[in-house]
Amino acid sequence: MLLINPRPESLVDVKMHYCPGCGHGVAHRLVAEAMDELGIRERTIGVAPVGCAVFSDDYFNCDMIQGAHGRGPAIATGLKRTRPDCIVFSYQGDGDLASIGMGETIHSAARGENITIIFINNATYGMTGGQMAPTTLMGQKASTCPLGRDPQVNGYPIKVCELLAQLEGARYLERVSLHTAAHVIKAKKAVKKAFQNQVDGKGFSLVEILSTCPTNMGISPLEATKFIADKMLAQYPLGVYKGAEGGKIDVSRN
Amino acid sequence: MAKIEVDETRCKGCELCAAACAKKCIAMSKTFSATGYYPAFLCAPELCSGCGLCAQVCPDLAISVFKEAVR
Ligand SMILES: Cc1ncc(C[n+]2csc(CCOP(=O)(O)OP(=O)(O)O)c2C)c(N)n1
Ligand code: SF4
Repeated sequence: MLLINPRPESLVDVKMHYCPGCGHGVAHRLVAEAMDELGIRERTIGVAPVGCAVFSDDYFNCDMIQGAHGRGPAIATGLKRTRPDCIVFSYQGDGDLASIGMGETIHSAARGENITIIFINNATYGMTGGQMAPTTLMGQKASTCPLGRDPQVNGYPIKVCELLAQLEGARYLERVSLHTAAHVIKAKKAVKKAFQNQVDGKGFSLVEILSTCPTNMGISPLEATKFIADKMLAQYPLGVYKGAEGGKIDVSRN
Repeated sequence: MAKIEVDETRCKGCELCAAACAKKCIAMSKTFSATGYYPAFLCAPELCSGCGLCAQVCPDLAISVFKEAVR
């Protein structure tokens, strides 16, 4: 019989450290498959975040840099501008991208950098123990809001795709999810497009991936996928927020 | 003819594959693997169509999907 799902070459053949059922592993596979299918692995440089994916440089089989907390888009900017021949992506969680790194995120989008950002929204700070993230839902419990997120005290969740959609420089923004196999297949298309856009010189592309952190949600992996379906989708509607319409950006500055 | 193989050294027993399988042909082992999890296994091989949905949701790339080559 024929093996129909060989492991992507762009993913090192080692066991990953993520918790059982964590969405990071699926997201890694999608990024690796995109690199394989576009034939860009040899010229790709990834930026690993601070957060549970800090060790993703052990997993992605391309050149990798590990950035300080939230600085992925700034590092990616520098890499892309000095090595425009390379494909540069930043892989970040919500604590990393939407909290300490929000400035870098917004300004790299506003500048229209020709980079790809893979943004994992699991509604929590995973690595450090389930603190409230900018993306934590109203009423959702976290170790820093044990009674549930209260707008009077904690404010409201940030919708990253909607926020960035205001910016002319942001060219491709799509929100996808990993809670069912069908959604994973759709997410794959978005991730691949975000890399294809960079190859085509289309500019700033970000894919927001709704993902699970069963450990810090304190529920089983299956219940965590239901949490996405029942709670997260209402707050974070899936879809294309910007479709990379139009042609190439002016990359002469690169 | 189709089948899946689960790499017990990689499977962390999250059960997402069993939930994703429309034919319900994946179950969780009653005994621990060497890494301390209850790994998934193909409990009804005759039902497996090789659709690969289990592998789509597996966070650990622990599932290999095999199909008869189409001539
Ligand atoms: C400058 C700085 N501040 C704080 C931290 C501590 N820290 C490590 S990971 C993390 C949160 C990461 O959460 P997220 O980006 O959502 O990723 P996840 O772990 O959920 O994948 C924090 C605050 C740090 N490493 N550096
Ligand atoms: S703590 Fe959460 S985000 Fe981190 S590896 Fe575990 S499940 Fe994944």
